[in-house]
Amino acid sequence: MIPELFFAYFAFAIVLFSIIVITRKNPVHSVLWMLLLFFHIAGLYLFLNAEFMAVMQVIVYAGGILVLFLFVVMLVSLKEEIKVARFIGAWPTGFTFAVALFIVILMSLRSFVAGPQGKYTIDLIKSESNIKVLGKLLYTDFLFPFEIASLILLVAMVGAIVLAKKRFKG
Amino acid sequence: MVPLNWYMLLSAAVFTIGVFGFLSRRNIIIMFMSIELMLNGVNISLISFSHYLQDMRGQILAFFVIAVAAAEAVIGLAIVIALFRNKATVHVDKINEMKG
Repeated sequence: MIPELFFAYFAFAIVLFSIIVITRKNPVHSVLWMLLLFFHIAGLYLFLNAEFMAVMQVIVYAGGILVLFLFVVMLVSLKEEIKVARFIGAWPTGFTFAVALFIVILMSLRSFVAGPQGKYTIDLIKSESNIKVLGKLLYTDFLFPFEIASLILLVAMVGAIVLAKKRFKG
Repeated sequence: MVPLNWYMLLSAAVFTIGVFGFLSRRNIIIMFMSIELMLNGVNISLISFSHYLQDMRGQILAFFVIAVAAAEAVIGLAIVIALFRNKATVHVDKINEMKG
């Protein structure tokens, strides 16, 4: 009973905050609601025994990406942006498309069959700790993707500097 | 025990809200936030699969999704700044140089 109540609260809060995020007129309000949304998603991850992912959610998303968003919102001027209409004129098309997508996912969920269980039971993870298991996998089986991820981050860093720097003429 | 289907429904709902936001808003910052919303919806389902199928690969996949999301946000916001410097708007309908 208690887990269901917990899940119900988190699910309700997540859906509500997502709707609020995409309907605010002022992007600053959107970013702040999104902060609350990310904290709730981190709570849901804790609930799923994924401590490391919860911490990553808070550090990377709430601490990194959202601060970046806030900086950019601060750098661009939103004076005339607040005056224009919230949604485009053809928003019912987008709404229909989104609802249709949701119904398709719902239909496909009904024929979903779960795969075989892996070897990482809760007892194993408890005896070793989540971070240790994850780190071992990441540095053995997934070493190559891990290095590629670091390369992607390096490219993103260089690309952001090149794109956003001022060009001097002559 | 909460059934796995509930998590998948929640993830589908978050993803769908992200799709709707991306299609019907024209402020480029909010469009980027809709993309982050979609990625988060996928992450929820990956981590719930990882828990229910007792396999750590879901969490590792979610880890890579977060890394790619960070890279995407950095590049996208740099593009927003470059765009605002040239056109002084964040409204994507006003950016129609290519007449696409």
